[in-house]
Amino acid sequence: MIFDNILIYFVIVPLLTLLGLALCQNKGIKAIRTVAATGATVLVALAVYLVVYFLEQRGAGNDAQMLLTGSWCWYAPLNINLALGVDGVSVVMILLSAFIVFAGVFASWKIDPLPRQFFMWFYLLSIGVFGFFISVDLFTMFMFYEVALIPMYLLIGVWGSGDKNYSAMKLTLMLMGGSAFLMLSILGIYYHSSADGNLTMNLLEVAKNNAIPHEWQLYLFPMAFVGFGVLGAMFPFHTWSPDGHASAPTAVSMLHAGVLMKLGGYGCFRIAIYLMPYAATELGWIFLTLTGISIVYGAFSACVQTDLKYINAYSSVSHCGMVLFAILMYNQTAMTGAVLQMLSHGLMTALFFALIGQIYGRTHTRDIRDMGGMMHIMPYLGVGYVIAGLASLGLPGLSGFAAEMTIFFGSFQEAGLLQRVFTVAACASIVITAVYILRVVGKLLFGEVQNEHHRELTDAVWFERFSTTVLIISVAAIGCFPNFFGDIIRDSFLPVVDAIKSVL
Amino acid sequence: MDYSQFLMMPQEIGLLATFLLVFLYDTFMPAKCQKHLPVFTAVAFAAYTAFSFIPTCTGTAFAGMFEQSQATWAMKAILNIGTLLVILQAVKWTNSDFVSVRRGEFYELLLLTLFGMFLMVSARNFLLFYIGLETASLPLAALAAFEKNHYESREAAAKYIFTAIFSSAIMLLGVSFVYGLSGSLNFAAIGAALVSKQSALLIVAVAFVIAGIGFKLSLVPFHNWTADVYQGAPTAVTSYLSVISKGSAAFAFLVILAQVFGSVYAEVWKWMLYAVIVLTITIGNLFAVRQRNLKRFLAFSSISQAGYIMLGVIAANTLGMASMMYYVVVYIFSNLAAFGVIAAIERKTGKVTTDDYNGLFKTNPWLSFTMMVAMFSLAGIPPFAGFFSKFFVFAGALQGADVAIYVLVLIALVNTIISLYYYLLVVKAMFIRQDDCVIPEFKSHWSEKAGMIICVLGIVLLGIVSCVYTSLEGYASASDALFQLIR
Repeated sequence: MIFDNILIYFVIVPLLTLLGLALCQNKGIKAIRTVAATGATVLVALAVYLVVYFLEQRGAGNDAQMLLTGSWCWYAPLNINLALGVDGVSVVMILLSAFIVFAGVFASWKIDPLPRQFFMWFYLLSIGVFGFFISVDLFTMFMFYEVALIPMYLLIGVWGSGDKNYSAMKLTLMLMGGSAFLMLSILGIYYHSSADGNLTMNLLEVAKNNAIPHEWQLYLFPMAFVGFGVLGAMFPFHTWSPDGHASAPTAVSMLHAGVLMKLGGYGCFRIAIYLMPYAATELGWIFLTLTGISIVYGAFSACVQTDLKYINAYSSVSHCGMVLFAILMYNQTAMTGAVLQMLSHGLMTALFFALIGQIYGRTHTRDIRDMGGMMHIMPYLGVGYVIAGLASLGLPGLSGFAAEMTIFFGSFQEAGLLQRVFTVAACASIVITAVYILRVVGKLLFGEVQNEHHRELTDAVWFERFSTTVLIISVAAIGCFPNFFGDIIRDSFLPVVDAIKSVL
Repeated sequence: MDYSQFLMMPQEIGLLATFLLVFLYDTFMPAKCQKHLPVFTAVAFAAYTAFSFIPTCTGTAFAGMFEQSQATWAMKAILNIGTLLVILQAVKWTNSDFVSVRRGEFYELLLLTLFGMFLMVSARNFLLFYIGLETASLPLAALAAFEKNHYESREAAAKYIFTAIFSSAIMLLGVSFVYGLSGSLNFAAIGAALVSKQSALLIVAVAFVIAGIGFKLSLVPFHNWTADVYQGAPTAVTSYLSVISKGSAAFAFLVILAQVFGSVYAEVWKWMLYAVIVLTITIGNLFAVRQRNLKRFLAFSSISQAGYIMLGVIAANTLGMASMMYYVVVYIFSNLAAFGVIAAIERKTGKVTTDDYNGLFKTNPWLSFTMMVAMFSLAGIPPFAGFFSKFFVFAGALQGADVAIYVLVLIALVNTIISLYYYLLVVKAMFIRQDDCVIPEFKSHWSEKAGMIICVLGIVLLGIVSCVYTSLEGYASASDALFQLIR
């Protein structure tokens, strides 16, 4: 039975929450909040249980590539199955998603108008995210990926701010463009997945058959990589990200930067590189160049922005570029660093966006030129912002340091000229990161109070403190115990690295 | 004559019986009962639709003129569901002031065109096919003119009848060439005779047949009548034209191209259809972006959707055939949901432009929800069925395909982005532009509600529940022989 597999509950729980919210039609805001918060709590509990279960299995010597696998036939004519399974990377990504959904629910505690519809779309989005991470079937993964896209349009369009119509449309169309390439790539993989005619959509079987002809890989790999790269904000397909994040409501920015952009990196290695290693080695240099540009370009762009959300969005472009950059190094250390960076960036960006949303909710401006001296006015939010900033520029003890250190250790192992050049450039970008982070912290928190009305503002209230505290603790946890996560992740990359080695 | 041959066509006979019932009710029932005619038709047709799902014996009848296979059976059942939805949506409209005196004719003509389409689907001989085509086209012109006190409606009818006649003439010319080449009008016999004959005349014949049926399917460059007719015709007729007429023609098109011209697939009609598909999808989409009248908008969107349906035809394999049929089912539900909302709003307020839909979510949340689901399904967004149907036609087209077809699918996929843009414009008007509400709150008629609920259920369930596609694939595989000339 499919319901014996714990993984399916990561889709069922948000679905039930969604239905629960649908039933709250004539109930008050309290009922809506209760349902939303309950769903999120159950998800976190499930995710923690999954991690414990995973560690237990690995500890007991179960070294299968994927755990909790199961496959249920869905569309027999195309051999589409609902195939589930998780390895270390999926497990930590699920954990990350659960925490951010949890924090997101509390960050949008006072969402207005139409709170019920907001949470319904929010949970539809999370169904897409969780479904993507638990699937190992190409069709199902793609379907969940697309499920995650469309709620974004309405969440930004209805509850967003600023030039929301433009941003929402731009974001949706660009991501849809990426998924158009992805769909063709998936169909191409399917029709070349087997030499003996037993075509399959299950990516583990595709990898095992290793039958995609080399010349086809050269077509299909770029399409898959660009398809996911758009979501991972790879230069030059990143332009949806600043506008989208700037217009999105807080919780949506959190979930989008925190989790949805990670779908891009995850898909890049799980589908593009793992299934098409030959093309990955042949064409990797193109994407390595693009991600190298993303890192440096994103950091420089963040330096000249004055809108807090734009600063953070460009910094996300830079950090997500780092993820793809590390994946393209094709070695275990760098790839482990990439996933740590996904975790670190996911949590710290969510923290940033939560804090920015809370500051904006009070000052009604996000322009740093109109604000200053916030540390005295709202010390809790100020301290939170400093912690997020320090994590972002890589202070030891916080998550950013552990992730970036691992990435650079890994990428210096690669002796190719291109790898060297971009590794040096990426290292240098840390300095630029320090520039824009410290500029904001100095101006926003410690500068002169720009607007006398700001002196009357209050500090964070309980649900705001709660959601940010959860994130701060998580950021510190990764920073202090990187090996705990590194150990879970590391072995998952063995098959990918082996696949790459087999074609070199 | 062997009368047992009629056992092969229970769906046609059932349809004629339903037609006769409606006709008798219309003619002989007293005037005070006449206002129940629409409901009577709906009930009778619902009963008949249920009946049409009973499996029939398969085989050919009338010296190979008529074929009933599992695929034709399924296709007719699909068309029945669509027609039932159109009838449900029309119940309230046919009782309105100007139309009510002629409501009987509306249903009678509707059922007659459906009969013609059944013949098109099952015909395996050009004579029978032509009879079906004309039976399907001529009453539709009368239906388009149904609101004859409206100038646009009359214009629509005139445009429709002229293009229909013109396209029939072109197709007949093509058929006469084919007859000259092969000496037969029977599909299978022509196909066999043409295997050894490659001539320039054949290319012209194929082009003429594609043009003739292309008019019916409103493929570019034979699409110019579509927008005006869709806009001018009564909404019930437009929705019928856009889904049922299109679905039956697509199926017949596939049969003719595969069975008659199968021997020149790779050399001739694959490339003709290739060009037509690229043009249809792209031009339909680009024009749809600019439309503000929703009926015109859906006209252009349905042109581009026809291009996607043709992907199942160019595939020329059973997977493509199954995907095409599945696409038609999903398209019926999605488009009829959209037309259902448009018809309900038009009937109450007379408003049909995108701007009128601003803030619809505030006043009519359920109508907006239905419209949103329909738009997402048409755009191919999961979890709605439109996503699955798009994926499957692409999968069908790519089975055993060369690079050229991959490029074609890529073009189609890039076009989905454009289409998403204009479908989202409607969603934006309803959900995001909440500052001014043009359309006041109102209650739809029960028949309209029933139609929309069935459509939404269909859109949501058809994708998630796999049995429809799986069984269609089984039926299409049973008609494997259709494609024997292509392999």
